Order: sequence, then structure tokens, then C-alpha cells
Amino acid sequence: MAGCSTEPPESETRGIEATEVIENKGSDTLVNLALAWAEAYMQLHPEVRISVTGGGTGTGIAAMINGTVDIANASREMKPEEIEAAKANGIVPKEFIVARDAIAVVVHPANPVNALTLQQVSDIYTGKITNWREVGGENRPIVLLSRESNSGTYVYFLENVIRLGDKESTLLFSPETLLMPSSEGISAEIRQNPNAIGYDGLGYVTPDQKVLAIARDAQSPYVLPSVDSVNDGSYPISRPLYMYTAGEPKGHVAAYLQWILGEGQSLVPKLGFVPLKPQTK
Amino acid sequence: MRRAEFAIEALIKVLGFSAIGFVLLIFVFLLREGLPVFAQVPLSNLFGTRWYPTFGLFGTLPLILGSLLVTVTAILMALPLGVATAVFVREMAPTWAREVLKPAIEVLAGIPSVVLGFFGMTIVAPLVRQVLGAPTGLTAFTGALILAYMSLPTIVSVAEDALDAVPKSYRDAGLAMGATQWQTIWRVVVPAARSGIVTAVMLGMGRAIGETMAVMMVTGNAARMPLTPDSLFRPVRTMTATIAAEMGEVARGSVHYHALFGVGIILFVLTFLINLAAASTMFKQKRRGGLR
Repeated sequence: MAGCSTEPPESETRGIEATEVIENKGSDTLVNLALAWAEAYMQLHPEVRISVTGGGTGTGIAAMINGTVDIANASREMKPEEIEAAKANGIVPKEFIVARDAIAVVVHPANPVNALTLQQVSDIYTGKITNWREVGGENRPIVLLSRESNSGTYVYFLENVIRLGDKESTLLFSPETLLMPSSEGISAEIRQNPNAIGYDGLGYVTPDQKVLAIARDAQSPYVLPSVDSVNDGSYPISRPLYMYTAGEPKGHVAAYLQWILGEGQSLVPKLGFVPLKPQTK
Repeated sequence: MRRAEFAIEALIKVLGFSAIGFVLLIFVFLLREGLPVFAQVPLSNLFGTRWYPTFGLFGTLPLILGSLLVTVTAILMALPLGVATAVFVREMAPTWAREVLKPAIEVLAGIPSVVLGFFGMTIVAPLVRQVLGAPTGLTAFTGALILAYMSLPTIVSVAEDALDAVPKSYRDAGLAMGATQWQTIWRVVVPAARSGIVTAVMLGMGRAIGETMAVMMVTGNAARMPLTPDSLFRPVRTMTATIAAEMGEVARGSVHYHALFGVGIILFVLTFLINLAAASTMFKQKRRGGLR
């Protein structure tokens, strides 16, 4: 890996003004982190301009396949049919794991429930448990909040929490689940509704929401999500975050990705995500 | 001179027909992208009750019923308010008040729907939950409130025009018969403008059923079947919100992609029927010409 102090892209300084544009689009989970990376990188390399937009993992990957962006941000792996579509377009996508994310399960601060097992979260989201009383809370109906189905977080949550990682399972979100178009939609509802339960990337949880401790099963300890508990694997709901490029990245895109995987990792914990390797190294 | 005139005439003709042409092309595109789904997905699935597009379940019934529930409720709220406002503005308000009210109502139509949606999400939804005791404030009712507000300007201005078209002699005759102003308005003027008011409602309905952003922000978007009696105070998912929320994600040419265009076709047919109904009442009104 290129050292931090060497200057590989410097050799091709053509003009003074920024000319190289990197288009970066996709996961709303990743958008703040991608923005932080882009800003830091543009300060170091004024000749590169990076534009970052959200819209959801599927949106970013579709744009990458159609060739309108250089880098797609994704909070899940590409689906086989997306890879097919890319190949049909003559593109072999290249995958980079750029950080890790923990998904926090959140409730209204006044909710007395502090901890749930994965099984309980699953039962709540499939509609088996419909009252907070059944998991040790007040006698209130449970209002389920989820991200829209174009969110990588939605798919991850379904496969790993609702279906508990069981590939054979056909469990689905209860039809009563409210699908919110944005992370802000979830936090707005959690903040003002004591009946609500939601989930979102740890980086999006604001202090006015209460994060629940989660246990893998009834015998395991309840663990709150944090950089440490994700790194040592004790928090059960965490996942890698990806960037995809159309084929092997070249030039500025390659340099940018290399920077993200190296130096850029120091920004990751500041945004509530978990860096690839423990910082102590 | 002749030639210049001919050229201008031809140009205007081309422009006029191209407007129709574009509409037709959009329609053809909608059909081309949407019709495949009716072949790819069995009808029992397509008109089933479960919409989980990520898992091959394309039941559009909850979406259709969701759209209808929100729209009809919105119109039921907006109709009395809108007609009453139109009657007041046209029949009772002093001139200065009319001068202020008319443009003010038209300004209402200019408020971006996303602003209303944000207002609904942060102010109206918590109120609905606290006052009505629903589990969440993001309900069909909240959406209907916002939509009623959005379709008011349309209803008021079209209904007002309809009242305006009622000849003065009708009012004079009513008053001359010894009817009070209220009796004249309620028994003579409003019935005479009936078809115009129906048109206003239809247009308002067309506006409401096609609205997307505000509805997506306040209705909760849960694709449940709104069949229980309390459904009005539960979340729903509308057709427009579904298309808007999911279109960004789909891979071009996938079943889900065609399904969303299929939902678009259903929505198009519904709005077309509503507009057709509006147009036919307007047509009837014209034919009765002398009566108005």
C-alpha cells in the first residue's frame, strides 16, 4: 500500500484548477461518511472534485451499471441479478469493503424496555408480538418502523434479524410496518412516538433516541452497539459497507479508493461507523 | 406575405400536434414498460393482497385501496369546505374581501407539496396521534388532511367560476320571489352551478390521487389492506408513493421495474376515468347552454 507521505497523483499535475471529477452515489447509510471522505480528500488533492449523492444502494448500483457514476456506495453486496445486468452492459463490478456498520435498534427515550433478544426483535417485526407489555414494557401497541425496500439496511435487517440468518426462512416484515423514505423520517417518528420501534445505521442514531442492547439468544449477554463491541464481534447486528467500481479502478478513482482504505479510515469512527481494522496498529 | 403566413400557420400546427404527440408517446412508453408485468406475473399475484416486490409478491390491491381511501377521504373533507368558500367569495364577501381572498387562495396552490409534507410529518402527525389516540400519527387520515388542503384551491377556484357563470337574473328572480339570500344561494344558485361544482370536485380528486411527495411523507407507507373499520387511522401505502419510493432502486427491465410501470398504468386509468367524468359533466353543462 502506498505510504501516506508519498505523493503518487502529484506526478500528473496538469493544471491548477480542478479537472478530475469523481461521481460517487448510492447508500444513504454511507452518504455522510462518503461526504467526509470526499471533503478531506479534496483538501489534500485540490485537482480532484468528488461529488457525493445518496438515494439508496440500489440507486447507486444502477447508476454505476449505467455508467453515470464512477463509484457506487452500497450497504449490502450486489445481488446476482445486478451483477448479471452489469455484465450485460459489459461491466465487471469490483468490490471494496470500506468500513463496518452496526445496526442499532432504537425506541423512544421514555420507553422502559432496555434490551431485547434477536428472536424478540424478529417476533416484533413479523407481527407476532404487537404490544410492548409482552417484552416487559408498558401496555402500548408497537408501531414498526423500517427503511424503504430500496435501502440496503432493509435487506440486511430482513435477512439477518427477522430471518435470523436462516436462508430457508420465508418470514417477511409485517404488512403493518411503516416504510420511511429516509433516516430522518425514522428518527422524527421515534423522537415523538413512545409506541415506535425502529432500526438504522449506528451513524444515524441521534442522542434523542434510545438504543437497545441486543442479545444473540436468551443465553447470551445483552450488548450495546459500539466501535468496540462491533470489532470484537459481540454485537450481533453488524455488516460491512461497500464501494463498487465499474471494472478495475484507474487513475484518480484508484488513488481515492486506496486513500479511503488507508488514511481515510481514521475518519470512520468520527461518523459512528467502525473502521476496518482496529485503530491500534 | 402569403408565404410567411403559411409558414407561421404550419409552425403553429406542428407545435400544436406535437403536444398531442408527446402525450401519446408517453402513453405508449407507459404501456410498453408496464404491460409486460401482466404477462410475467399471474393475475392472482398481481391483484393479491401482499406487496413485497423484493420477494416476488406484487399484490397491488393494498396500494389501489390505499390511494382510494386517502383520496376519497380528502375529497369528503375538501368538498364542503371548498364549496362553502366559493359561495362566500362569490356571493357574500364584500368586494374588498374578494379582491384579497381570490389571489390568496391561488397562492395556496403554489405551496410546494414537499413543504406541506414536512409540515404534516412534524406538526400534523404528532397531533393526530395525541388527539385521536392512534398508535402512530402517520395515517391515511393525516394524508387525507394534507391532500384536502392541497386540493382546496382547485375546488374553490373552479367552483367559484361555476357560480360566476350563473346569470344574475336567477338571483334577482329568487330574491323577487321573496326568498332570503341564503335560500337563493342554497336553492337556486348552487343547484344551477351543480355540474361546474362536480367538475371542481373531479379536478380536485385528480389532483389528490396523483399527489406523491406529501403523501409519502405522512401516510406511513405500510402496504396493509385497509379493510378494518379503523383503517382510516392506520398507515396506508398509496400507488404514487410506491412508484416514487421504489423506482430509484429497480434494475431496468426486471419484473419489479415492469410492476411499477404496471402500477403507473392502473393509476393512469383511474385518473383518466376521473377526468373523463369531469369532462362529460362539463360537456353536458355546455349542451344545456340556454339554461345557464
